[in-house]
Amino acid sequence: MSAIETDKTVDIAPAELDEPAPVAAPSDSLGERILKIVIPIAMLALLVGLWAWYVKAYNVPHYILPSPWLVAQTLVQDWGILSAALLVTLKITFSALAIALVGGVGLAVVMTQSRWIEIAIYPYAVILQVTPIVAIAPLILIYAPTTQSAILICAWIVAFFPVLSNTAQGLKSTDHNLLNLFELYGASRWQTLFLLKMPNALPYFLAGLRIAGGLALIAAVVAEFAAGSAGAGSGLAFRLQEAGFRLKIPRLFSALLLLSATGVVIFFCTSMISHLLLRRWHESALKREN
Amino acid sequence: MTIDTAKADLSSPAATSAVASKPLIALKGVSKVFSNGTTALQNMTMDVHQGEFISLLGPSGCGKSTVLRIIAGLGDVSSGAIEWPTSGHDATGKATPEISFVFQEPTLMPWATVFNNVWLPLRLKGVSKTAAREDVLGALEMVGLEKFADAYPRELSGGMKMRVSIARALVTRPKLLLMDEPFAALDEITRFKLNNDLLHLWEKFGWTVIFVTHSVFESVYLSNRIVVMAARPGRVVNDMPVDAAYPREEEFRTSTVYNDYCRKASNALHQAMGANDHL
Ligand SMILES: Nc1ncnc2c1ncn2[C@@H]1O[C@H](COP(=O)(O)OP(=O)(O)O)[C@@H](O)[C@H]1O
Ligand SMILES: [Mg+2]
Repeated sequence: MSAIETDKTVDIAPAELDEPAPVAAPSDSLGERILKIVIPIAMLALLVGLWAWYVKAYNVPHYILPSPWLVAQTLVQDWGILSAALLVTLKITFSALAIALVGGVGLAVVMTQSRWIEIAIYPYAVILQVTPIVAIAPLILIYAPTTQSAILICAWIVAFFPVLSNTAQGLKSTDHNLLNLFELYGASRWQTLFLLKMPNALPYFLAGLRIAGGLALIAAVVAEFAAGSAGAGSGLAFRLQEAGFRLKIPRLFSALLLLSATGVVIFFCTSMISHLLLRRWHESALKREN
Repeated sequence: MTIDTAKADLSSPAATSAVASKPLIALKGVSKVFSNGTTALQNMTMDVHQGEFISLLGPSGCGKSTVLRIIAGLGDVSSGAIEWPTSGHDATGKATPEISFVFQEPTLMPWATVFNNVWLPLRLKGVSKTAAREDVLGALEMVGLEKFADAYPRELSGGMKMRVSIARALVTRPKLLLMDEPFAALDEITRFKLNNDLLHLWEKFGWTVIFVTHSVFESVYLSNRIVVMAARPGRVVNDMPVDAAYPREEEFRTSTVYNDYCRKASNALHQAMGANDHL
């Protein structure tokens, strides 16, 4: 066993390396980085400019299409109402996402531990997923104790499935030779799960997270619409609908703007998390370099 | 002087231990039939002695990988028995030989650094990172990769990945090293280099090695015993010693002894393949 220490007298030619050391990958050149920021901004300015020009040139009334300037003004004026509504929607979206993550990952782990549990549970997860949320929302609104909790349940149902199916897929697609290796070295079930299957499932899970983040927001909005006046004084979707009914089109546009911005921020955050976790090793996060 | 005698002993490990001693592994009439009805192995009987460097040579599909997996305890035999006369046994009476396995692919965890990949076998046995540090760096040094401990597998070339895989196999200081076509996917220059490094390490530590290959040249260069197998059903058709002294260096590749053995092994392989004429 201690051959490594005792056999020092025998000379062994150390393996020589003809392969060069990996050097730090060159990052984007400065020009490229500037372009990456400038092009989207220029594009945005162009579109907004076009919109402003169209409204002015054709004298479009503000209850049909408000100018960008008016939308911005309304956003500032109505910030009190809109920000409160945004907070409600955000709370529901993120609570639903959090429960979906815990539940999805938990159930995926349970399912991959036993085939029988998978056979028993998976069909129902699929049924929940394929049934349009607007179709079950009215029922949930009746059964749930409060409107807010009903909306939360709707958002959760929609966000849950991509996390579950992606994570389960990732847990199952572990390299067979690595599984053999773990078995050979006498790894316990938990060691195999935490040291091998979970890290292997991470990219799959993160892809599920990116989908779930967007879906949670969409589902929260859809459920609020379904709740209609029952959700009085609540989230952004309610404010949007209300503004539409009262023909306050500039406010409708402001609410819409906030919703889109929220969606973009969620997408950006989940992509960022994904990039940070995978950048050292996974192909999806690496720049192709030849 | 003492070093010289030690070297002489090490140059023919099989000769010192094979004499009358108990074998390390005894395969007794081992058969393996897969659930789809494929007979991967039929009635294979083979003794493996301490310190031998055995090559399993045969066309693809003749059950070489199956033998290795059975020896490693991955998967059961359909009939026959595998015995470990000299190894310890655990409470359930199962043999606990100290085995390491090197696969054809490097089989590294892409999310872990080179260090963490090599640490894995020790980690699974409950050795902490700090406690394992010396052993892991020692194993990396053996394969010449001590400078790459913090690199990720994707940053390494194919040959370097294979070296990491070998370091991981060596870190537990195994008695038996099972290698399943470890260099088959590498270019010839890298393969020759790793052949030499492997032989040096084997001479130094005196493990028992079972090396699967479909290359006649590789089997003759490395091993002191070649077991030729045939397919459908998988079985042993020839068992020949290679009595050329170690250390073997590059000159050996061009020697007449080497050529003679290559011809012999090649003939045996062709007979094995002609037996079912399936090319
Ligand atoms: N898991 C398996 N299920 C069914 N057949 C298998 C399995 N693994 C290998 N075989 C079959 O067993 C035979 C021997 O396979 P293998 O040991 O991998 O051969 P080799 O390593 O010599 O190429 C082949 O015919 C192969 O198709
Ligand atoms: Mg094989």
